[in-house]
Amino acid sequence: MSVEEKSLPPKLPKSYRLESKPHKFCPGCGHGSVLRAIAESIDELGIQDKVVYGCDIGCSLLSWDFFNVDSVQAHHGRTTPVITGIKRANPEVIGIAYMGDGGGYAIGSQHLVNAANRNEKITVFLVNNANYGMTGGQMAPTTLPSQKTETSPYGRDVELTGQPFLGPEMVAAITSEGAYVARGTVSNYIQMKKYVKKALENQMAGKGFSFVEILAGCPTNWRTDAKSTWSYIENDMANYFKVGEYKVPAKEE
Amino acid sequence: MAAKPIQGEKRVFMTGNEVIAWAALAAQVDVMYGYPITPQNEIMHYWTRLAPKHDKTFLQTEDELSAGFTTVGGVLAGRKCFTATAGPGNTLMQEPFSMAEMMRIPVVAVIQQRGGPSTATVIYSQQEVTLTTFGGNGEGHRIVYSPSNHQELFDYTIKSFNTAWKYRFPTFLLGDGYQAKMREPLVMYDPEERGIELVKPEVTLGNGMEKGKYNHVRNTFNTEEELYEIVTSMEEEYQRVAPEIIEHQEYNCEGELDVLVIAHGVVSRAAQAAINLFSAEGKAVGHFRPITLRPFPTNELRATAQRAKKILIVESAVGQLGKLVKEALFGLPIDADYLYRPGVGITSDEIVEKVNSIRK
Ligand SMILES: Cc1ncc(C[n+]2csc(CCOP(=O)(O)OP(=O)(O)O)c2C)c(N)n1
Ligand code: SF4
Repeated sequence: MSVEEKSLPPKLPKSYRLESKPHKFCPGCGHGSVLRAIAESIDELGIQDKVVYGCDIGCSLLSWDFFNVDSVQAHHGRTTPVITGIKRANPEVIGIAYMGDGGGYAIGSQHLVNAANRNEKITVFLVNNANYGMTGGQMAPTTLPSQKTETSPYGRDVELTGQPFLGPEMVAAITSEGAYVARGTVSNYIQMKKYVKKALENQMAGKGFSFVEILAGCPTNWRTDAKSTWSYIENDMANYFKVGEYKVPAKEE
Repeated sequence: MAAKPIQGEKRVFMTGNEVIAWAALAAQVDVMYGYPITPQNEIMHYWTRLAPKHDKTFLQTEDELSAGFTTVGGVLAGRKCFTATAGPGNTLMQEPFSMAEMMRIPVVAVIQQRGGPSTATVIYSQQEVTLTTFGGNGEGHRIVYSPSNHQELFDYTIKSFNTAWKYRFPTFLLGDGYQAKMREPLVMYDPEERGIELVKPEVTLGNGMEKGKYNHVRNTFNTEEELYEIVTSMEEEYQRVAPEIIEHQEYNCEGELDVLVIAHGVVSRAAQAAINLFSAEGKAVGHFRPITLRPFPTNELRATAQRAKKILIVESAVGQLGKLVKEALFGLPIDADYLYRPGVGITSDEIVEKVNSIRK
């Protein structure tokens, strides 16, 4: 192999929109990995022309033109109903709602709860970075006990603010047969990608609500370097938020 | 294709909410998304009874935010969708309506005004004029029809879908609880049989490459200047099409007038009854009614108001129509008076009395 060939960048997914690359996330941000896993899954499943991708407010909005797929950028917390509306009006589409923990567990939580409870045939990917990234690092429903943020400067006091929100656990509890629920982490890309792909396959099979939370870093607001970002995800976060599959539809006989 | 829901002309006697459900069917609407609130509930009740028989669908969402945003989604998917709400539901829906406005998504919403902000007084007011015409955190680039009787509820429901899809501004049918709940005769018809062409919906999202390109719909912008450009061109577009959209009605407005009574919606009917009494006595009292509250028939009102010694604004709110009228007449030396009755109905007798008290 020539030197040029060896130094070529890794092959970019076909469903990437090249005009919007390199992407606009901060270096080391978790969003990039998750979006890559989504893109690779879209390619592998051959659904590029069927996907309608919706992103939320928060850093997820930076992905409004990330893919070469039909996309809509919605308001904070409202991506779930927008994708629900699209999917209900045209069941042929593969609807993806992409959001942060603020969008999914705080402002838009009633939409998440009710879409899950109705077993809407859509796929929700939620990036849990334990804070509000875009607005400058405030406390999120997922901020860890004693974690410092701009609005919990002395560390999150769970007596006052409650415990970190356990999304997949809740969604698994309220969805019915056919739902797919998992929690992955950017620190285990292969596994996370597997969950992402399964969540899309589940929608393609028309089985039920598909939900994957992904633990991700926000080095800018965490004020962490590469090493401690990784360690925070792998140790502190994964310790509280257990990675794994929470609900898998029964295999058809 | 399923048979047309209405064939030929049909004389019926129904409530306003039932009329709207039928009109939506006649307009070939596909989906309704909604959340219960009085006085619009029966639109959903009738729609859910009619829908399955005509291959139409419905979703009762968890709240009005969701109803508004699912409607936005349905429209993006290329279906004729609508929602209906009132009062605090209208407040919540301003967020999805703002998004629709900015993204030029032709959502249609029926607003059946109720007293606000309150609970229990759930039936009537004209207090949602400001919210419906200018609500949201943008510039209020919307279209608002204010019908006054059941025939108009039918006609303008059909028209709302055509206007929305033709111009791609969110379009509102602003009724009220009296119109929603009372029964009245009207003629229902299939619009196409009457030569009314139904504007076809277009798919924005969901058929990928078939459109030849992927669409990325957004209201996130990198700079204030970018937003400025978009809003400015939207304003220009809105002003350009406004004359095609604007509608009003004049009742006994010929020649010089002692008093010009300005009212909209159901209150116009009281105004017209009052005018009938004056004209029987040979008195020069006319009535001007904006049918579109936004865009507002500014030029038309200015022309007529200048022939009047006095104008009288009558509404079941404290000057919400009044604000629109005053803005329209800005700069003209006009003597104005008002009859503001927030949250309650207005009779023709009250209007007659008021006109007599100000007629010189
Ligand atoms: C109705 C509304 N309230 C508040 C905001 C401001 N806002 C923008 S992004 C954001 C937080 C985003 O955090 P999260 O959803 O966790 O996503 P992240 O940026 O961390 O990826 C907030 C509060 C908004 N856009 N809309
Ligand atoms: S602020 Fe945080 S979440 Fe947002 S792009 Fe930067 S690192 Fe990512």
